[in-house]
Amino acid sequence: MTPKYSVFSLVKNAFSGHKNWQKTWRDAKPKDHYDVVIVGGGGHGLATAYFLAKEFGITNVAVLEKGWIGSGNAGRNTTIIRSNYMLPGNTGFYELSMKLWERMEQDLNYNTMVSQRGIINLIHSDPQRDAFARRGNAMRINGIDAELLDGVQVRRMLPFLNYDNARFPIQGGLVQRRGGTARHDAVVWGYAHAASELGVDIIQNCEVTGIRRDKGRVTALETSRGTISAGKVGLAVAGNSSRVAAMAGLRLPIESHVLQAFVTEAIKPLLPNVITFGAGHFYVSQSDKGSLVFGGDIDGYNSYAQRGNLPVVEDVCEGGMAIMPMIGRIRLLRSWGGIMDMSMDGTPIIDKSPVDGLYLNAGWCYGGFKATPGSGLVFAHLIAKDEPHHEAARFRLDRFERGAMIDEKGQGAQPNLH
Amino acid sequence: MSGLQPYRLSKGGVIDRSKPLSFAFDGKNYGGFAGDTLASALVANGVRLVARSFKYHRPRGILTAGSEEPNALVELRTGARKEANTRMTVTELYDGLEAASQNRWPSLKRDLLAVNQLASPIFVAGFYYKTFMWPAKFWEAIYEPMIRRAAGLGDTAKLADPDHYEKAWAHCDVLIAGAGPAGIAAALAAGRAGARVILAEEDFAAGGRLLSEAEEINGKPGAEWLKKSLGELDAMDNARVMTRSAVFGVYDGGTYGVIERVNDHLPVPPAHQPRHRLIRVVAKRCIVAMGAIERPVVFANNDRPGVMMASAVRSYIGRFGAAPGKNIALFTNNNDGWKTVDAAMAAGVNISAVIDAREELPPELLARGKAGNFDVLNGQVSSVDGGHDGLSKVEVRLAGGAVARVDADCLAVSAGWNPAIGLTCNHRSKPEWREDISAFAPGICPDGMIVAGAANGDLTLAACLSGGHKAGTAAARACGHTGRNGTAAKAAKETYQHTPLWHVAGKGKAFVDQQHDVTASDVALANREGFKSVEHLKRYTTLGMATDQGKTSNVSGLAIMAEVSGRTIPETGTTMYRPPYVPVSIGAFAGHHRDEAFHAIRLTPSHHWAAEQGAVFVDTGLWKRAQWYPKPGERTWLESVNREVLTVRNGVGFCDVTTLGKIDVMGPDAGSFLDRVYINTFSKLAVGKARYGLMLREDGIVMDDGTTSRLSDDHYFMTTTTAKAGPVMQHLEYCRQVLWPELDVQVTSASEQWAQFSIAGPKTREVLRELLDPSEDISNEGFPFMGAREVKLRDGGIICRLFRISFSGELAFEISVPCAYGDAMARNLMIAGEPFGIIPYGTEALGVMRIEKGHAAGNELNGMTTAGDLGLGGMMAKKKDYIGRVMAGREEMVSPDRMVMVGIKPVNRLDKLYAGGHVIPKGAKPGAETDQGYVTSVCFSPMLGQYLGLGMVARGRERFGEIVTVCDPLRGKTYDCEICNPVFYDPEGGRQRG
Amino acid sequence: MRINCPYCGERDAAEFSYLGDASPARPDATPNDPPLDPASDEAKALRAKYHDYVYLRDNAAGFMKESWYHGGGCRAWLTVERNTVTHEIRKVEAAPGVGATVVKPAPKTAAARKARR
Repeated sequence: MTPKYSVFSLVKNAFSGHKNWQKTWRDAKPKDHYDVVIVGGGGHGLATAYFLAKEFGITNVAVLEKGWIGSGNAGRNTTIIRSNYMLPGNTGFYELSMKLWERMEQDLNYNTMVSQRGIINLIHSDPQRDAFARRGNAMRINGIDAELLDGVQVRRMLPFLNYDNARFPIQGGLVQRRGGTARHDAVVWGYAHAASELGVDIIQNCEVTGIRRDKGRVTALETSRGTISAGKVGLAVAGNSSRVAAMAGLRLPIESHVLQAFVTEAIKPLLPNVITFGAGHFYVSQSDKGSLVFGGDIDGYNSYAQRGNLPVVEDVCEGGMAIMPMIGRIRLLRSWGGIMDMSMDGTPIIDKSPVDGLYLNAGWCYGGFKATPGSGLVFAHLIAKDEPHHEAARFRLDRFERGAMIDEKGQGAQPNLH
Repeated sequence: MSGLQPYRLSKGGVIDRSKPLSFAFDGKNYGGFAGDTLASALVANGVRLVARSFKYHRPRGILTAGSEEPNALVELRTGARKEANTRMTVTELYDGLEAASQNRWPSLKRDLLAVNQLASPIFVAGFYYKTFMWPAKFWEAIYEPMIRRAAGLGDTAKLADPDHYEKAWAHCDVLIAGAGPAGIAAALAAGRAGARVILAEEDFAAGGRLLSEAEEINGKPGAEWLKKSLGELDAMDNARVMTRSAVFGVYDGGTYGVIERVNDHLPVPPAHQPRHRLIRVVAKRCIVAMGAIERPVVFANNDRPGVMMASAVRSYIGRFGAAPGKNIALFTNNNDGWKTVDAAMAAGVNISAVIDAREELPPELLARGKAGNFDVLNGQVSSVDGGHDGLSKVEVRLAGGAVARVDADCLAVSAGWNPAIGLTCNHRSKPEWREDISAFAPGICPDGMIVAGAANGDLTLAACLSGGHKAGTAAARACGHTGRNGTAAKAAKETYQHTPLWHVAGKGKAFVDQQHDVTASDVALANREGFKSVEHLKRYTTLGMATDQGKTSNVSGLAIMAEVSGRTIPETGTTMYRPPYVPVSIGAFAGHHRDEAFHAIRLTPSHHWAAEQGAVFVDTGLWKRAQWYPKPGERTWLESVNREVLTVRNGVGFCDVTTLGKIDVMGPDAGSFLDRVYINTFSKLAVGKARYGLMLREDGIVMDDGTTSRLSDDHYFMTTTTAKAGPVMQHLEYCRQVLWPELDVQVTSASEQWAQFSIAGPKTREVLRELLDPSEDISNEGFPFMGAREVKLRDGGIICRLFRISFSGELAFEISVPCAYGDAMARNLMIAGEPFGIIPYGTEALGVMRIEKGHAAGNELNGMTTAGDLGLGGMMAKKKDYIGRVMAGREEMVSPDRMVMVGIKPVNRLDKLYAGGHVIPKGAKPGAETDQGYVTSVCFSPMLGQYLGLGMVARGRERFGEIVTVCDPLRGKTYDCEICNPVFYDPEGGRQRG
Repeated sequence: MRINCPYCGERDAAEFSYLGDASPARPDATPNDPPLDPASDEAKALRAKYHDYVYLRDNAAGFMKESWYHGGGCRAWLTVERNTVTHEIRKVEAAPGVGATVVKPAPKTAAARKARR
């Protein structure tokens, strides 16, 4: 057991030159068998393991990570959290997640810097206002905070945006004040820390190479560190879901696409909130360190490359300059790409698979980070009880067969448009 | 001013002493020369303290003389042009330059925030993850604002950037990144062979280390070779040398990002010139010749102003004629560092001592100490001292264990060189560790990339010249240029000999990443807490994430992690670089696409006429459309729109509908093609007739609607919605080219060929008769409802297309005229209609009339609705295949519980309705279970004298007459509404058929 | 990324739009006469076939055939063989129906249709 983290333990350790800190999580060696093996040591996988142990008392659990924990999308996103969804199925789930964000630091005894600084979606046209009003009202009806602002109110709130010579003038905004950001890596480490405390084995540098089945049931995983027998297996490998599911003979309604993200050099406080531009592809916040963290559209073609191309870099920066022309002299410091599990309706899949004992947590598109705690809880519920959590009951794999898509953007089976 | 530069050497350097410049740093004026950087000018002025560090606010000086600088960052310029974090080592001095130090308060010298140093025992790596958790509400309210204020480095302008940026393309055979000896040798070899060469150099002068070092090439001073070579390149038509231009990223297919800082060396860019230019270079081959970055040694107080990289000391002396100190000590582990001794002595600067960390020192080096009258100590620097922000003593731990102290006001440090491999890892391939140079060298490079010179680990001038020549030759050959490459230049043979040294243990903070204040003990702490992976190390300690991207710190940090975790460096990990290799202004990526030029503006041919009428325009995609036409005396937009609607319903009006997508579908199979695209049948449509068509996506959801007319047997004219003009065209091409190549049909976008107007109202015919050739019969018999044909205009006989279709529900025609006549058509409509009281009407009135008529539009065709949802299920043909047919039949898509389109009418006629309100059963408590739909579109209907809406409501068609509650918590409103048939006005449709 | 359009030459990928996996073939969905009962096995089989066609696409890590549209150029639909891991493009071909007609449609009589089935 590591000591509880607090300002007191920090001061105490300062006296001993910080020589007595323990590992944040145990770096475990694989055992022969686990009741549950979670594939994927990102935020979702670690959160699932944590909730399995914490809520459902299942502690003989391993999390397998092919590299270092958090090396996938958990460490490659733009850190935004929000629950401003519109459609049944999404609204309740993301709010469940938001509520878990709000108590995460106390739950995990780890400061994940959840910052409810507010997220504002800018409105530039009447049809857009109609759509955001529908969304905001859906949120309010479901008990989620939302406010619709007119252009004057937005200007009062964000006086530094371009109001005077914009191609698509700002006419208003939809605000969720409880939305904001969290420190993405800390979320990974916090769940690893808390799960490890509860007895979960976190096994890094352990790549799954095969999924063994017997009579339609999963029995074990072949890995780069040997065969590991498993009662149940949960896949939380967004970005690579198709590849891993294929090891069990499954084809998923998912394409892998690259989404780029960008940070600038650190500057003194400039942006108080998270802002999304409604007439182009651009969303931005400022990290506690001072960097603008921003992104836009996916590159638009299937990719596993974790890097993108210039047209999207330019498109995103054009969006930025369109609403915040004072950022022209700020320098872009770093860009990277994450591989998104783009599902066919823009909505995740959390469901049993056709293989007994194999569970899917996939298709997060670019919304996975904000879902981390909620996803962990509902996936743990599904694995532990063999039935979906009521807030994830619509994230079914067969919804495409039934015609029950959850398509917030209305783009249909064209993943690169979601 | 220029006379008062106490550390300026009396001669030497490539500065122009005939051009004195004056500048201000932190409000104090100094002098410099053309050819100086801000850093070299401050060195010449003896300014040591130039910055404060990120976390501890430690005093910092200038560490390097190049792009890799971690410390010497300033706020440059003022007002709207103020930029944060500008590296003074790459800032060309100009007259009147103003710079300010950053991240300090109230002044650089007395920075009260340095109090953080007292708390530094607590402020270790990752301390914030362990605290600030209680009470939960305090994070946003107290802790975070405090942290945010303290963090960040410089302050940036809050005003719109007044400068321009532009973007360009360039194409060449061989792009060479870096114009040092290797890059120039490569450019010569490739250029001579006839290859088209672009040689891009980040610095404002080409030459690389040749600008700083006293080297000989072909037996003559290196500067001569440099001048001659640049002259030769300049004379080649096929070569272009670009200075101030950094290659920052490698993208796919041989595309490279280059940032040209066109006018940063001037106070303000000249008129009509950009500040920066983003160039996407498409090259068949790229030679990376970006040299190497000298690495520091991590020892106690190694961040003290006065500690400087040895190569930087030589640059300030050799290139800028400025001495970083008057009594310099050198700390090195390699031969190359010793060049500092020669450079200093040649410039008359005193060398106090050389501390060489190698186990065995070559006797000739020991002899040089004797000759030069300085001590040569075998040992390691363990600390430096000299008060709060200066340097006077260097503490040396001698090989035998004794401690010596050396006087010096500047310590030049060299721990060897790290090849500048940044671009080689842009495609995420890993570099390779090379024991012989203790450094990462390029691994598998992106396609088409060759690495030459120091970037390739060739750390002597001779090897750079021959490697560059070889690379240039190979690159030109690969592009098919087999001409003569000339001979490679030669330099004296040297050997690069070193003993790896990363870290000297000692008392006091020893910095790995100077900008982010990451110390050797932070690295050890990360290891202790399990953050052993290089990426974990980076993320936990923020090592290498500062503006220099770890150019001077990553490898040292990795080496220390290897040491404390008992692994070798290659076992511990590698360094990786993602684009951009140098920071690039956001403005450059945006170019001209900002403000009103963010996206193109599309105007219809009658736009200027509409503007003359005082129309208010609305953005619809890229189009500007007339939204309404206010008349004098009208106080609100609603008054204008009501008038427009009433005039159309009672008289006549016209509306510009040019923005609709228009597609000619031609060929013998045009009819069967349309049958497969639309849910209803078009092959049996009679020539001269129009039909409303609905098309689905293959998933059974409505894609678009519009009318399509048959103009002749094999010619149909399709219209789409404004929003879907592009996507439908793409879809049709897909169907034609990919799905059904056997069909003999062609599709052509005619959207921009035709200006189209809808003329509507009971007096439409009267107006049209004035315009059309008298021979055209537009009576109800001669041109019945849904008729379509070509007609001739009066006087001149221009051929137009005329369609009797109605969106407003009135007697209406749409007329297409060739675009060139669009403006004239609008004017003529006004003239011809004048006796009948014609008015132009805008998209608002159009919207009101379509809601009154219950027509679905964009808010209903939202990508989530089926034909059945819109009440158009009956149009789905039963006897043919069409896109979306099968998927539209899935159980949930045909479920009776679906939300379907209905009319929504407030019970209280005075209630104002808003789109976006949700429908719940009357009196129910709003919640997920009671949410049954929402209001999609609303309008005030002047005909019915109240607000009307369309909405999507579960089982709505069974519920006509039911009173429901519309709740709109966003606007704080709740009201009762009646669900009704969506066709509010003239449900029998007699008016449009009249 | 650069795509070598057979008609326009090599252009930046920004000129093209992406559809995805080019391998699925659209199943014939000509209605039966009389129409199938939607609950019948045959109708279910057709829906399943369509489900796979619309929703299950190859998502290979490596080379795959993809449909790209040269909307910023000649409007040709292209089949591009591209590696999703390296973004290398090794082959670009025009879709069969680009340009002039290749094959005349089969006779559209009911008998012929039945024969095809």
